[in-house]
Amino acid sequence: MTGTVETGLGQRTRRLLAAWAWVVFAFLYVPIVVLVVFSFNASARVNIWGGFSLAWYGEALSNEVITSAIRVSLIVAAVSTAVSVVLGTAVALALDRYRFKGRRALDGTIYLPIVIPDITMAVMLLVFFAEAFKFIDSFGPRFTLGISTVALSHIAFNISFVCVVVRARLDQFDRTLEEAARDLYATGWQTFRRVTLPLIMPGIAAGGLLALTLSLDDVVISAFVAGPGSTTLPVYVFSSIRRGVTPELNAISTLMLTASITLVLGALALQRRRASASQQTQVL
Amino acid sequence: MQPANRPPASTGASGEEAAEVAKRRQGMLLASPGSLYLLIFFVVPLALISVYSFATRTSTGRTSLSGWNVESYRAIGDDVIVGIIGRSAWLATLTTALCLAVGYPFAYYIATRPRHLRAVLLVLVMIPFWTNGLVRVFAIRFLLGSNGPASALSESMGFGTFRILFTPTAVTIGMVYSFLTLMVLPLYVALERMDWSLTEAARDLYASGSKAFWKVTLPLTKSGIVAGSVLVFVPSFGSYVVPDILGGAKTLLVGSYIARQFRDARNYPLGAALSVLLIVAMLVAVALNQRSGSGADSGDRPRRRGRGRAHAEPEPVAAP
Amino acid sequence: MNSMTTTTVARQRGQGCNGRSRLILLGAIVGIASLLAAACGDDEEAAEPAAAPETTQAPEPTADPEPAEEAAPAEEAAPAGPAAHCAAGETDGDLTFYNWAEYIDDELLAAFEAETGINVDYTTYESNEEMLTKVESGAAIYDLVVPSDYMVDTMRREGLLLELNYDAIPNSANIDPAFTSPPFDPDHLYHVAYQWGTTGIGMSYEVLDILGESTWAVIFDPDTAALVPGSISMLDDAPEAVSAALKYLGYSITDVINNRNEDAVREAGELLRATNERLLKYDSVTFGDDLVNGEVDVAHGWSGGFALSIFEADAYETHVYTIPKEGGVRWVDTMAIPHNADNVCSAHAMINFLTDAENGATLTNWTYYGSPNAASTPFILDEILEDPGIYPPPDVYARLELIPQMGDLGLIVQDMLTEAKS
Repeated sequence: MTGTVETGLGQRTRRLLAAWAWVVFAFLYVPIVVLVVFSFNASARVNIWGGFSLAWYGEALSNEVITSAIRVSLIVAAVSTAVSVVLGTAVALALDRYRFKGRRALDGTIYLPIVIPDITMAVMLLVFFAEAFKFIDSFGPRFTLGISTVALSHIAFNISFVCVVVRARLDQFDRTLEEAARDLYATGWQTFRRVTLPLIMPGIAAGGLLALTLSLDDVVISAFVAGPGSTTLPVYVFSSIRRGVTPELNAISTLMLTASITLVLGALALQRRRASASQQTQVL
Repeated sequence: MQPANRPPASTGASGEEAAEVAKRRQGMLLASPGSLYLLIFFVVPLALISVYSFATRTSTGRTSLSGWNVESYRAIGDDVIVGIIGRSAWLATLTTALCLAVGYPFAYYIATRPRHLRAVLLVLVMIPFWTNGLVRVFAIRFLLGSNGPASALSESMGFGTFRILFTPTAVTIGMVYSFLTLMVLPLYVALERMDWSLTEAARDLYASGSKAFWKVTLPLTKSGIVAGSVLVFVPSFGSYVVPDILGGAKTLLVGSYIARQFRDARNYPLGAALSVLLIVAMLVAVALNQRSGSGADSGDRPRRRGRGRAHAEPEPVAAP
Repeated sequence: MNSMTTTTVARQRGQGCNGRSRLILLGAIVGIASLLAAACGDDEEAAEPAAAPETTQAPEPTADPEPAEEAAPAEEAAPAGPAAHCAAGETDGDLTFYNWAEYIDDELLAAFEAETGINVDYTTYESNEEMLTKVESGAAIYDLVVPSDYMVDTMRREGLLLELNYDAIPNSANIDPAFTSPPFDPDHLYHVAYQWGTTGIGMSYEVLDILGESTWAVIFDPDTAALVPGSISMLDDAPEAVSAALKYLGYSITDVINNRNEDAVREAGELLRATNERLLKYDSVTFGDDLVNGEVDVAHGWSGGFALSIFEADAYETHVYTIPKEGGVRWVDTMAIPHNADNVCSAHAMINFLTDAENGATLTNWTYYGSPNAASTPFILDEILEDPGIYPPPDVYARLELIPQMGDLGLIVQDMLTEAKS
């Protein structure tokens, strides 16, 4: 499988293909690169290059609305990722290993939040929170849309994504390793802790990464279930874009880009190190 | 692919009923927190929206849950809404087709590189995939704006300013840009697993290069095409952010129409009915994908052996 | 790397595998959903009847606030007068303030925080209806909102606003008497004016010279619009868009709404629909900047938005805000307290703070909209006071109309814009 694959295409076609591929790469990267470059533009006019400057980053990070949005986003992302990783992994394990009442219903439902469009999920949750609060209100305690409803909503879709990713990992899991552990008189918990968990860890990590990314990505659902003091960074950026393009917005966007790219490359590096540390991982 | 509902492996020592019951309980225990969560925060909201879709919008825009009717579903048949749905479907189809046209040769190229290069290129594809979607749409907005860099460039080259933002073209570009990676990745997986000796065989039998492609490669990668198309079609049909930012709020699509019913027009029942319709449509699309996906699947994929069941998983792409 | 591929493949798999059973499951889910639906439905019906009588009465233009109060939750049951007993300047917790985007100087919020020691949770919206949806749902609790004239009327009729306690707002005496008994709240019980302005057309002098005189025809008449060299934008706001069309068609907005002239509204809708193609975009936020940047040459928008952009770009020579000869819209944005507010005293304190003479001026000096605060005048920048775009001369003012509360016509008006866009 090493070396160029012989595909049976002619020389000219192959050249065209290569050219096309680089055009597509340019299409994918040019807008991002231009955005990043212009975030360092000293000029306040977005289209004129006025020299290099970090001023807009300073401006953005000293804006209280933006820092508060960043804080909200990070809290929501951290909480929703943590909860959905635990719940999603448990569901994945249960679906993969056990037969129980309601298994089929769960198996079907778990995929739905992935399939349905954001906007429908958003209006569903808005209506749900309104009705639920009305109901709870009648007992006395009062709730409001806010950071907690945003986090609860993010968990609702993230569980599914984590579950699907972990399950894919479980699917390729070599059961003989668990059986071997049991044969060596490991208890169920020991087997899980020492064998199963390490083996599905890459899946859990990937699920967590996906959950984190999706939470930091979400605009539509967050906008609908947000209340006082719970504007997330993407929601802020979304409404700012409608207010027009500003260099400050370029700076925030670049920060968000850097964050997601760091996250992915970090995950890749980690994966690589782990892979080279133990050849075992190649089993996957 | 193998059915996911295969019985749990019961190869261990326990064949007894007690152990079976214990196992069942254990499974239930494991699944219950997540299930409960989904029940409360997904199934109930889903049910509520279905209930709302049969409710009445009062003359002040409140939603009255007393008189049940199917008025909202009937209203979907209005020319206006049919037009909006039609336009959304058209845009989603166009986006899917363009993604396929752009993505197939692209994925083909990457999948046929030598292994080490392939890994690097794949990372380059992954980065946009994992990058914040809103920021990427904003990048397009920034680039295409009539006072943005692209326009400034074209002006300095003497082509005059460039008015593309807030047109259907801009929306289409934005959609393709947003969803292209969703198409490329499954295509890549399918192409990467291609058994190229088959095309070689075709060539040996004097098929032309293009004939070998149309008759061998393309059919063998059908599963990737179908999966990629569904992955692109589904989100672009309900897309809200891209048309809003790049389309100037001028032409409504299903996503923005639903949002409007809840935000401005205050017709919850109609918004709810459309949401239900959208959910059903997405499920049908996915179900169709499964059918053709599993059909295409049966023949072409090399199945590896592992404990007696087939692995549908592709070979790891970048094992060092 | 592996996990990356795994992930994408997994997404595919999520939709690809466990195929056969999926449709059965779907059936099961729909079954569950409908069971739940039935259960919830019973609940709803038991809980809801309070809302029903109110809805049947609403179309009557003179419906009194009584039935609406029935619909409101129990905790503020039947306040026969100001519900809050707050002293002037008294606060009772952090304030959640829900205002239009770009509508306050951050310095004012900071000054209020410094003065009172409480925090302000400031969130923004872009249309009256967006705010109404959040407040009406009851799910989001805000202490202070800024509805426009007709929305005050709608909200008070639906029992969504709390009666103000003027003892806690001594500065309300600063408000110009012209703003204290408006048709949308004649007894001045629920609102204190925040800013006021007009809706008209911003254009380049180049366009104005071609037209000779500002007219809605530049947007609505294809032949006149063809004279415009650049693009046209309209407010993404149904009441404003329909009002503009009505004005072009020669109707009085007040007459059309008060006589429930649905045909006229539909005629305006048809006009909007025919106009859609000609527009570059709908936009309620950047119209001023777009105009001075040359993105558009003609923009339907609000006075202060244009005034501020023209001032910032120093475009007085090239661009101007006009009230068309057919007339335009005059509006008043107001401060009001939602019925379910948590920190009612803090909200009163903020209203009092913003109606202070100097603070009122700071507000206007930042937004470039008109101030309803008579005591603020000495502190307002001359360039604002002298700008006929912000404070129109009497003959122009006479051509302006407030948009009345629309009742059920309001929903038709919303549908008109929806249909225009499709």
